[in-house]
Amino acid sequence: MLARPNWLGDAWRWLDARLDLSYVQQIAKKKDVPVHRHTIWYYLGGMTLFLFMVQVATGVLLLFYYRPSAEEAYESVQFLMAEVEFGWLIRSMHAWAANLMIFTVFIHLFSVLLLKAYRSPREITWLSGVALLGLSISFGFTGYLLPWNELAYFATRVGTEIVGVVPFVGSFFLSFLRGGTDVSGATLTRFYAIHVALLPAAAAVFLGLHLFLVQKHGMSIPDSAEASEQRGRAMPFLPNFLLRDLIGWLSALAILASLAAFFPAELGVKADPFQPAPIGIKPEWYFMFMFQSLKYLPAHILFIEGEVVGVFAFGLAAVLLLLVPFLDRRSIRGERERLFIWLGIAAIAFIVVLTILGYTANPTQ
Amino acid sequence: MRFGLWAAPLLGLSLVVVWPQAAVAQSEQNSCITCHQVLPDERLSAPAEQFPDDIHATKGFICIACHGGDATIVGPAAMDPAKGYIGSPQREQVPALCGRCHSNAQFMRRFNPALRVDQVTEFEASVHGQKLLSDGDPNVATCTSCHTVHSIKPASDPRSSVHPLRVPATCGRCHADEQRMARYNIPTDQLDLYQTSIHWETISEGGDLSAPTCNDCHGNHGAAPPGLAWVGNVCAQCHSMMAEFFNESRHSRVFALLGNPGCATCHRNHDIHPASDEMLGLGEGAVCVRCHTADDQGGQTAGAFRMAIDSLRTTTEETHSILLRAENSGMEVSQALFALNGAQDALVKARATIHSFDIEQVNAEVGLGLEIVTDVRSRGEQALSDLRLRRVWLAVSVVIIVALIVGLAMKIQEIERRA
Amino acid sequence: MIDETKPPDASRRGFLNWLLGTSVGGLLVVMGFPVGRYLIPPEASESATATVRLPFKPEEIRPNTAKIFKFGNRPGILVRTPAGELRAFSATCTHLACTVQYREELGHIWCACHNGHFDLNGQNIAGPPPRPLEAFVVNETADQIVVSKGA
Repeated sequence: MLARPNWLGDAWRWLDARLDLSYVQQIAKKKDVPVHRHTIWYYLGGMTLFLFMVQVATGVLLLFYYRPSAEEAYESVQFLMAEVEFGWLIRSMHAWAANLMIFTVFIHLFSVLLLKAYRSPREITWLSGVALLGLSISFGFTGYLLPWNELAYFATRVGTEIVGVVPFVGSFFLSFLRGGTDVSGATLTRFYAIHVALLPAAAAVFLGLHLFLVQKHGMSIPDSAEASEQRGRAMPFLPNFLLRDLIGWLSALAILASLAAFFPAELGVKADPFQPAPIGIKPEWYFMFMFQSLKYLPAHILFIEGEVVGVFAFGLAAVLLLLVPFLDRRSIRGERERLFIWLGIAAIAFIVVLTILGYTANPTQ
Repeated sequence: MRFGLWAAPLLGLSLVVVWPQAAVAQSEQNSCITCHQVLPDERLSAPAEQFPDDIHATKGFICIACHGGDATIVGPAAMDPAKGYIGSPQREQVPALCGRCHSNAQFMRRFNPALRVDQVTEFEASVHGQKLLSDGDPNVATCTSCHTVHSIKPASDPRSSVHPLRVPATCGRCHADEQRMARYNIPTDQLDLYQTSIHWETISEGGDLSAPTCNDCHGNHGAAPPGLAWVGNVCAQCHSMMAEFFNESRHSRVFALLGNPGCATCHRNHDIHPASDEMLGLGEGAVCVRCHTADDQGGQTAGAFRMAIDSLRTTTEETHSILLRAENSGMEVSQALFALNGAQDALVKARATIHSFDIEQVNAEVGLGLEIVTDVRSRGEQALSDLRLRRVWLAVSVVIIVALIVGLAMKIQEIERRA
Repeated sequence: MIDETKPPDASRRGFLNWLLGTSVGGLLVVMGFPVGRYLIPPEASESATATVRLPFKPEEIRPNTAKIFKFGNRPGILVRTPAGELRAFSATCTHLACTVQYREELGHIWCACHNGHFDLNGQNIAGPPPRPLEAFVVNETADQIVVSKGA
């Protein structure tokens, strides 16, 4: 063990007397992580958390210079990129980490789904996790508009338009999101409030719950690992797993820095509501599969508009996703179950194929 | 007498006899319009339909103001020569008829004090006027040919036949008609040529009515083709810088001697296209090569002009793309981009200076521009090298991170070895 | 002399700890330095598209002269009228976007490209320009001139 300087030991004892740190230390020492061939998937949750922390840090830094009004937003981002020292770095890291985080969120979701880590007693962990997925996507959607550039403006227009398609409540939600009937400065301010205050508060709540439950229940062991000879092997969380976690996080940091340096965030032209939409407006990649599949729906299915059917289908899929722990009856009974795994793989394939189509298919189709 | 022509007014007259009220109402109206409106012959009813929109009608003038007669009487009796009725005036009478009012300053100022009152005088000096009044040729334009007869509107009214957007078509009605122009030996391609020009494009698509149309170069009422000697003066109205340079150049003297039409020698007269750098020098699309060859002094100077302008233009473009590359990578180059505007301005000035045909002057302007470009280019390259500096910083950071990762891996190994 | 009492393991561990410590330190510097510089406000404290502080002093511009300055990405022209008042306009001619200049002998603004004239209120008074020059708001103090876009 490293020799601790005296003052560090004194500081520890002082804090321990007041905060009961030794209790925490006990729990931390006891915490261990199962070791088997699926252990690698355990790192994804922490990776997502790390990227979220990067987002919070860079996001707070961006707040120092960003101005959330239609007249000033674009200029403030331009100023940030050009005049503020390392402004390009902070902004580019924020943009790239957002994409990486949503990517890891999806991988984390699917690994949990396929390894059935949602089984009892981890149902609430799953529910809070799906909520965090929704929050991450909302973060992405609201944050994308904030530079108030042409691409973001039109992507937001299309995105909020789809919300309005829902019958009865659609137009209310559309005007609630937009702060009016059209995408305007009011939308920008509203999205800003949602992005920097509302969503972080919600994320804090759900993240706290999620992490507490993960801590409480420990890591779930997949069936295949239960059955294998490796059953029972584990490594201590502190320091083994955490050090490995750190390696992953540092690698992610290096990748982020490289992406920021070689592919800095673009700004494009300022949004002009009176200009026609440029050809080939595309949403962010994590929406692409939904966007593209809506394009393939016919104009009418039975007597309902195709778009409405599409929106409902995705809504239904989200609800089903949320209820997976309760729908997977066989797993509840403790039996082996393959259907949900196949459904999960089908979902991954669907998302991947439609995302690829979204980028390769002709924009005017 | 064709009784058909008289049937309607008789009908109207009978209405008056039967309906005294109508007679009173009609006498306050324009009795000419009342009858002419219902006549079956288009030639007689059309004026009545068009006139209410005419500027003269708006100002309170009625038919008798030009045609004479008595508008209170209904029927043929209104058209009484004793009451001044002149019928449809002959073509050579028209300028004097219009001039009765339009040349009278005291009269015109009651309606539009800013309107000129010398149109008839100008017309008499024009080719149209000379042919009509001196040579007695009725086939040329008179007032009503361009302004229309009964639907005259101010030139600022977009519906007017003499609005800048409509002037080419109005002139073209005769001047693009081969049969009509055959006896005068005038080409009829001007309208077609003009509609390919940058001036027409500026008016019709750019919406900029300050660009010239037929009357801006040829004159309105005193229309005549510009004399070869003073084509340049016409162009100089707007293109004053080029004209100043040109007038001091040797080309101006030579062109005058040769009887060349000044600016139109190189730029043409009706189908004027935007001047391009290709016009310079001895290559394809150049105008200098029409008179000069590579062997004579002028041809070599032309080549020098082309090289100078080309060098400034291409270096400006290259520098611009360097700056854009730097900007797209997030470097701050707005000051440099602004300074590059100066190079663009120098290019515009250099192109204008070409008209002095003096290589010293052109090189002076180009030199100023090149100075700016060189300075800005170095700033752009500095920005790009700062970009490389970023990559160096990145490399350093990645090395540190990798070192840390290696250290951690070794630490893990050590911990697990001991366990 | 090699210290033989220290086991090779310990010296390796010592190196490892040194490596870790130095790398962590290096990482903190390489992360902290940009963040620190980022937080320090830059010289132009805000975006220059709405307000610009001119890089010359009021006494450097005499009556009946003008200077071109940078306003955002486009040129502006600052004129001191013969009476001594400071006025600023966009220097982009409203005809075909050439940069205008001040003509002392005319006492007003002129565009060399097609002989356009603008008076000291920015109004287009002669030649092809179809619209006046955009006017800016000028604030002059003892030692600086600030130009901003009007409301």
